[in-house]
Amino acid sequence: MKRLFTPYTNTIARATALGVPLLVLIAGGFGRMWLDSSYETGVGEAIDQPVPFSHEHHVAGLGIDCRFCHLSAETSSVAGVPATEVCMTCHSQIWTNAQMLQPVRDSFEKGQPIQWVRVNDLPDFVYFDHSIHVAKGVGCAECHGEVHRMPMTWKAQNLHMTWCLDCHRDPEKQLRPKDVVFSTDWFSGARAKLGAEIARENKVNTKGLTNCSTCHR
Amino acid sequence: MSQAQLDQSVDLEALRAKLAGKQGRQYWRSLEELAQTPEFRAYVDNEFAAGAPEWDDRFSRRSFLQIMGASLALAGLSAGCTRQPEEKIVPYVKQPEYVVPGKPMYFATSDVLAGYGRGLLVQSNDGRPTKIDGNPDHPASPGPFAPQKAGMTFGAADIYAIASILGMYDPDRSQAVKYLGEYNTWTAFTTVMSNAAEKIGTQQGQGLYLLTETVTSPTLIAQMQALLAKYPKAVWTQHEPVNRDQSRQGAMLAFGEDAQAVYHFDRAARIVAVDSDFVTTGPASVRQAHDFAAGRRVRAGIAAGEMNRLYAVESTLTSTGATADHRLALSPAEIDRFVRLLAAKLGISVGQVEPGAVDAEFVEVVAQDLAEHAGRGLVITGEGQPAHVHALVHAINEKLGNHGPNRPIEFIEPVAASLDQGQSLRDLVKAIDQNLVETLIVLGGNPVYNAPADLSFKAHYEKVQTRIHLGLYEDETAALSHWHIPQAHLLESWSDARSVDGTVGIIQPLIAPLYNGKTAHDLLTVLLGEGGRNGQRLVQDYWKTQISGAEFEKAWRKALHDGVVPGTQRAAKAVTAKAAVDLPRLSAARAANDQVDIILRPDPSVWDGRFANNGWLQELPRPITKLTWDNALLVSPATARDLGAKNGDVLDLTSGAYRLAAPVFITPGHADGCMTLHLGYGRMRAGHVGTNVGANAYALRQTDQPWVVRDVKVAHTGRTHQLVDSQKHHSMENRDLVRGGTLDEFLHNPASIAKSHHEDNLHLSLYEPYKFTGTQWAMTIDLTACIGCNACTIACQSENNIPVVGKAQVAVGREMHWIRVDHYYSNDANHPDPNQPESEFQPVTCMHCENAPCEVVCPVGATQHSDDGLNDMVYNRCIGTRYCSNNCPYKVRRFNFLEYQRPVAESLQLMQNPNVTVRMRGVMEKCTYCVQRISAARIGAKKRGITDPSISAGGDEDYNILDGEVVTACQAACPTQAIIFGNMNDPSSQVAQSRLPHQPHNYGMLTELNTRPRTTYLARVRNVHPKLAAATHEEHY
Repeated sequence: MKRLFTPYTNTIARATALGVPLLVLIAGGFGRMWLDSSYETGVGEAIDQPVPFSHEHHVAGLGIDCRFCHLSAETSSVAGVPATEVCMTCHSQIWTNAQMLQPVRDSFEKGQPIQWVRVNDLPDFVYFDHSIHVAKGVGCAECHGEVHRMPMTWKAQNLHMTWCLDCHRDPEKQLRPKDVVFSTDWFSGARAKLGAEIARENKVNTKGLTNCSTCHR
Repeated sequence: MSQAQLDQSVDLEALRAKLAGKQGRQYWRSLEELAQTPEFRAYVDNEFAAGAPEWDDRFSRRSFLQIMGASLALAGLSAGCTRQPEEKIVPYVKQPEYVVPGKPMYFATSDVLAGYGRGLLVQSNDGRPTKIDGNPDHPASPGPFAPQKAGMTFGAADIYAIASILGMYDPDRSQAVKYLGEYNTWTAFTTVMSNAAEKIGTQQGQGLYLLTETVTSPTLIAQMQALLAKYPKAVWTQHEPVNRDQSRQGAMLAFGEDAQAVYHFDRAARIVAVDSDFVTTGPASVRQAHDFAAGRRVRAGIAAGEMNRLYAVESTLTSTGATADHRLALSPAEIDRFVRLLAAKLGISVGQVEPGAVDAEFVEVVAQDLAEHAGRGLVITGEGQPAHVHALVHAINEKLGNHGPNRPIEFIEPVAASLDQGQSLRDLVKAIDQNLVETLIVLGGNPVYNAPADLSFKAHYEKVQTRIHLGLYEDETAALSHWHIPQAHLLESWSDARSVDGTVGIIQPLIAPLYNGKTAHDLLTVLLGEGGRNGQRLVQDYWKTQISGAEFEKAWRKALHDGVVPGTQRAAKAVTAKAAVDLPRLSAARAANDQVDIILRPDPSVWDGRFANNGWLQELPRPITKLTWDNALLVSPATARDLGAKNGDVLDLTSGAYRLAAPVFITPGHADGCMTLHLGYGRMRAGHVGTNVGANAYALRQTDQPWVVRDVKVAHTGRTHQLVDSQKHHSMENRDLVRGGTLDEFLHNPASIAKSHHEDNLHLSLYEPYKFTGTQWAMTIDLTACIGCNACTIACQSENNIPVVGKAQVAVGREMHWIRVDHYYSNDANHPDPNQPESEFQPVTCMHCENAPCEVVCPVGATQHSDDGLNDMVYNRCIGTRYCSNNCPYKVRRFNFLEYQRPVAESLQLMQNPNVTVRMRGVMEKCTYCVQRISAARIGAKKRGITDPSISAGGDEDYNILDGEVVTACQAACPTQAIIFGNMNDPSSQVAQSRLPHQPHNYGMLTELNTRPRTTYLARVRNVHPKLAAATHEEHY
């Protein structure tokens, strides 16, 4: 009877047994890289807005505090995007003829709101509250990045759940003193030590921080 | 479950014999369950009923597989390539004052039921009203018994008030002015009307008729008076299907003048409800239920005299009857006899009355109990009783000294105009016959649908030359009108309304009219030649005439803020009952075997039909029957057997020239020899939800028999109709779920009434018990207080974005309510007859078990336990295996089978609570203890905690939520405060005080399974009269 399997078959079998899992691993690795890539997450990608608003100019150049425009960041879950009126406090006086501010003036005259494109968009089943993070000493820049270097605004972090959990499990590294919570360019070499102190001061307690219902409801 | 699946094959006699052999109290939910019919067993054994995974979709199985294959192949690509859809942020142009994005605002306003105002507190998110609660400052919607230590206080509300939010966003609402059925404009209408007004003016209003519902709005009354002054010959008719004609005539009979009773149940030690469902029916029901429950808060240490006692005598089993300590089911004719016997026992001359079918001992006991509590008793009768019964009840109360200041019953000048509405409508029809009516303006209401049949209002209406209709819907009346004007919803209007005690609540808009609706005020301004005056100015100008000038601005702002105008309640009125009441002859009992009395009542869900297009209310299981999406002829098992009728059999009813066909639904507890049919169904033009649902009871209603149609001939049609009720859904197979006993037993041995037959409470575990430290949420539900009104279910539906599934889906057990109110029948030695059982209600939510059976079986970890004791549900993880539901002994998990949330209209999306995820198809969901409210409170407490010296940095928790800061939606809505929620580890919290060991009658459901539920119950306590309770359960002592 003719043999069903040739001696090569063993080699093929071994190669398959090793190769297929290897391929799966490689594919998985690429998949993971893909998910983390900025192409997928949109990190660092400047987003077109109806008005090319520059945080770089307003924050670094003019030194305007975050809360001048995002006025409910300390009190509400939503930080708030400024009403056209807020833009017009200054721009009714300066750059009154700038072409790029035409949509702002139109909005103010016609009473039609400006439709900004959301940069940091959490899924709808995630409920994030700005006020508690700010109160506990998490600076704006921890999530929003160096906004003062953004001529156009982009996403600074991938906002993946693991990224949220990293901090919820061990928040100390991301805490900063009260007076620099709204600073985007604050830097300290001793954050680890400082963080423990701030955690004590702001009574940061990780109990319950990783409950599902802390963010999902 | 559908009755087509569960044929009625129950032998009453066999059941009686079966019950007679049992000791103690037996609880059951349906006759089929009691009989353990094979059909019932099959139904219970299959939790996800037949046909569960099917969908009547367009795809065949083959094409489905093709699509599945293709989408799987593409899944790898699409998962990576699909980026989140672009979202817009739309800020204000000018930020309004006080508006903080992300923070809800609350406004006080009122809504109107049967003409009377009830206070509302409406939550507004970014300018969208999203949730309605009661306004605790308003007399019709009282808040908690004890003031909360912290947090926002809500008042109770009933289902109509809470569900009116859906009414406002209803996409079926009328959206445009129509003339002869064609689109037209408000401007065109005002031009035509102004011209017509001139002509009407020249003839002093001759031929102008206005038809409104019951009006209590001071502003509208002032406008009407101005109109009648301008057009002296114009006629104002009022017609409300549920009015107070009988009460009015009763007062006239008793006192010689009209007077309106205001009931203070908190002052009453003994209450006799004679065919009065005072706890759930009518505009005062929330207040009444609240005051009633204040007298039955059974807690450890209660003294024997501190609990009130309720006797109910009624034909249809209602919430009041189910809550009563003693109940007697009597047909309408026998109720009349009962009242006469009671009056005679108390020494009021009523002539010779034979006891008939009335239990003489019951009358004796009630009379004696009332006499012993003279001045602290309250006898109340309902609108369904004829005038002379009302008069007799007044005489009884007067005799017992129950009337007067600080007594249980006080009288006031009627809040609405004292008017015989039946006569008023008859006069209108007569005027149409005489061709006197040139222009008929219907300001709200739907008389073509809901006028009594004998007036043939439809035919008459069509004879009127000019017919103008203002209404929320293009309903039956709109279809026959020349002009139809879309009405603004109360949440879009400026107006005012008096509550049943006369207190005025200002109605203010929460949102600009969605569909350019107009109010009755707007329409009247046109007739008055003041067109263009806006509603706010109108209401404000009226109140300027009532409040003196200098303080006006301040008083007005305060009235708007508080929702009530102080000092506007009607003053007390002194009345004296006449010595004797002229009584008609007692009507004879049933004339023949194929004749019954048909009792008509407002529906516990859709009222008089105005809420017919409200999906929440249609799908809400009715308090007693648990019927959904239908009305039916409710009949006792014995009478059904006599008539040879089974559930779902369509019977033909004939009363003179009036006929109606309606299906039968067998309801234990109903009086024999009569049937009940609820109003509000059989709508021909209600909208997508309410059209062609149920049978139109108005077709039998007659002006001289508004509430009971006597001697209706019954015939079988041979047809059947599928009735869908949820009574047999989520069966926990009666494992000692409801527990209770008498006050006597409670006083002797408090724990005995909560004892289970097979409780072991071992709490065995191989592991060290987990220590639940810090904040731990828990709920207690007081079964003595629960009246089964369903307010909790609707409040939960509104708060938690719970979808409506439709009749076909309810039939297969897929209703989505997170909190259900189970209704149990029960029998004991004193009530051995399954034809006349007693009743209990038991609200069931997720128990948030400490050892949750659902958590361990989820293959993807989509349900987890949180540190504060919540059983969290993570929708985005759920893959829909339904294992958790299969393993849940309480049957509280709900599975979204068919994309029930698929948005059918944009307006309905505006209604959603932004703080709760809108769940998609294929996801399990359940009660979360309103985790969004807990989160909001926790975040607030954490912020507070940073500077709070009482919280230490190294402590267990960085927050301290105060008792009262978290109020669940069901708890806020509950008129009797039966639901208590809070942190059980805070020893001073209300919930800790309501649990073991403080309350010995506290028990958990199915604790023998070692689930350690966080939702627990306080056993039901009945304050039975010793003479009516013969053999008590000795084994408890």
